[in-house]
Amino acid sequence: MTDNKHPVPAEPSHGFGLEYAPAPESTSIVSIDDDYGLFIGGEFVDPIEGGAFPTISPSTEEHLANVASASAADVDRAVSAARRAHTDVWGSMPGKERAKYLFRIARQLQERAREFAVLETLDGGKPIKESRDIDIPLAAAHFFYYAGWADKLEYAYPGRRHDSRGVVGQIIPWNFPMLMASWKLAPALAAGNTVVLKPAETTPLTALLLGELMQDVGLPPGVVNIVTGAGETGAALVDHRDVDKLAFTGSTAVGKQIQRTALARNVPVTLELGGKAAHIVFEDAAIDQAVEGVINGIYFNQGHVCCAGSRLLVQESIADSFVDRLKRRLATVRVGDPLDKNTDVGAINSSQQLAKISELVEVGVGEGAELFQPDCALPDRGFFYRPTILSNVEQTHRVAREEVFGPVLSVLTFRTPEEAVAKANNTPYGLSAGIWTEKGSKILWMADRLDAGVIWANTFNQFDPTSPFGGYKESGFGREGGLHGLAPYLSLSPMKGRS
Amino acid sequence: MAERLDVQKTYKLFIGGAFPRSESGRTTVVSSVDGEFVANVARASRKDLRDAVRAARSAQSGWAGRTAYNRGQILYRVAEVMEGRRSQFAAELRTCGVEQRAARREVEQAIDLWVWYAGWCDKFQHIVGTVNPVAGPFFNFTVPEPTGVVGVVAPDQPSLLGLVSRLAPALVGGNTAVVIPSEASPLLAVSLSEVIATSDVPAGVVNILTGPKTELLPWLLGHRDVNAVDLTGAPDDLDPSVLDVAATNVKRVVRGNVGDESPQSITDFCEMKTVWHPIGR
Repeated sequence: MTDNKHPVPAEPSHGFGLEYAPAPESTSIVSIDDDYGLFIGGEFVDPIEGGAFPTISPSTEEHLANVASASAADVDRAVSAARRAHTDVWGSMPGKERAKYLFRIARQLQERAREFAVLETLDGGKPIKESRDIDIPLAAAHFFYYAGWADKLEYAYPGRRHDSRGVVGQIIPWNFPMLMASWKLAPALAAGNTVVLKPAETTPLTALLLGELMQDVGLPPGVVNIVTGAGETGAALVDHRDVDKLAFTGSTAVGKQIQRTALARNVPVTLELGGKAAHIVFEDAAIDQAVEGVINGIYFNQGHVCCAGSRLLVQESIADSFVDRLKRRLATVRVGDPLDKNTDVGAINSSQQLAKISELVEVGVGEGAELFQPDCALPDRGFFYRPTILSNVEQTHRVAREEVFGPVLSVLTFRTPEEAVAKANNTPYGLSAGIWTEKGSKILWMADRLDAGVIWANTFNQFDPTSPFGGYKESGFGREGGLHGLAPYLSLSPMKGRS
Repeated sequence: MAERLDVQKTYKLFIGGAFPRSESGRTTVVSSVDGEFVANVARASRKDLRDAVRAARSAQSGWAGRTAYNRGQILYRVAEVMEGRRSQFAAELRTCGVEQRAARREVEQAIDLWVWYAGWCDKFQHIVGTVNPVAGPFFNFTVPEPTGVVGVVAPDQPSLLGLVSRLAPALVGGNTAVVIPSEASPLLAVSLSEVIATSDVPAGVVNILTGPKTELLPWLLGHRDVNAVDLTGAPDDLDPSVLDVAATNVKRVVRGNVGDESPQSITDFCEMKTVWHPIGR
């Protein structure tokens, strides 16, 4: 085994010996308030019980703002505002009008994209090139896509009567704060629901900026309400008797709790939970592309991705050379200041998440995995973790079974396609999977057999508003995106008078 | 000439294509509306339920792997075989207290429903699958796939039509099923299992467990190899806390509607799979 702290790359590191000068994105475009209230009924209001929590930049540990902590009483106020807005305005508004509000949101998001991207990176630690090129543009695209559905719902489910559900409670995670807000809000609003949204505790700022944007577009008060807080705030929303539908993205453990409550209350729920995706590379793959795909598949967004390709299954015949190539490529990955435009891997979202990743990697090494980390310098402050490859991992190891939610790739091998399928499906999760081979029939054979809601063949981590996303098995149920993403937000019933 | 003595039927469970008694040896007396003894219907145990789930799991990939055309022909065959037994089903419904004309109508509707769903086997994919116009050089499509092993709690009334209305759509999508039929009128489900056994439906695709719902349901909900449970026929006074265990493996819990014939009843038991591939030269 190599030295855990400063292992030596298999080949000379830093490919061409290039050094990159700092290229920081300016933060002057954002202005962060000292304190934030809750966005209820179209206005920012102080919480009833007056609590607040700090939000920090995970890359510098710098204090950014104090954010109101919503109690059950605040959640109740938000649900009431949403109910009034549904009854008085939004639920009965013609789809054509609802559509125009959503188009406005999409447009204003595009206009203020840089501001949202910088704020997202400041508050969450993700590389600016990702928030700038992926998170925010995709968030705007989701609003634009679902805007067009608002006045076409009768064509979505022909022969079915469709009604909005009413007040929707939505809880989103910290890994893609704005993108997840858009995945939740856009279809819900298009379908005629009003929303109480709870952003994650560590990344509330872009959602609150979105609240400001909702004011700017003139969205009727109460259609979107944003309640910030920790788990108790989310629990109050899930428990609220006047919420008609729940949607949650987050951990499988919390998802199961939410499902229990939803079942007991007979409230419809959709869950987008954890994953442990198999990323399968066959010997007949386009190897250079597969290396890029596997690197992107696990180190994108520091591996804080529920569909991350965290289990590499590489065919035995090419395993050694493929892993060598991965190590060489990993040595050129730039880790550091997420505001730097050259940064590939930014900050871990919180100290708790950093501790969890470190612990699981230690367990992996203890169980016999071989550790590789590039010898890159990490910033002195903030939460950072070296991108990691664990090879010689076995299916029984915790790093092969549990979601690490960090930049850690576990490497396993297989000999036949049948074995690849068996190993890939040997997990309670079923969110995504990747396949690399140049043989088309094998792609379709594998895609048919993999228990996963999203299959990327000769690509990975692609997202689009028109493309449904969601899991099999314990990765949750319901789809977000595309035509399928509308259904959870509509109550569908038989047409009256149908024979 | 002496009057001929009836040959009475033993109403047994249906597991893996066979008709076992309950391993527990338990039965429940079913009487006609007039109070006359009809049968000792098997009362399934937890072990029977586990056996049924195992049979359903073993049969699932084979059933899903058949062509949609073949599944459609098999479900149509169920209707054909039922058609020849209309009078038997109607007589059993009458034994359970359904008035003659209503009994005949229920049997006919149940047969017609099999025909309707048989025809969906190779069509619902057109309706619920999509090709998605993503903003990039990718071919991207979404197709329905079976959820897996489905537990169906059939409504008490109508005991035959209610069961068919929930079972047939689950089978259309390629799922296999463990069914808890009407507790008040279990006879029809047992006779339906005899139809299924003789209609080319592979063993284990449908398993039927007669017995008390309040006893069987928590075991069904808690079984980790059951992917979805249809509560359409769950007792109205069901204690919601028994549903807790369904979250152990994030089961899909469906509450359907007997009168709702729609492709949505099929997709209630489907997962949507989306596949991406780059377009290039």
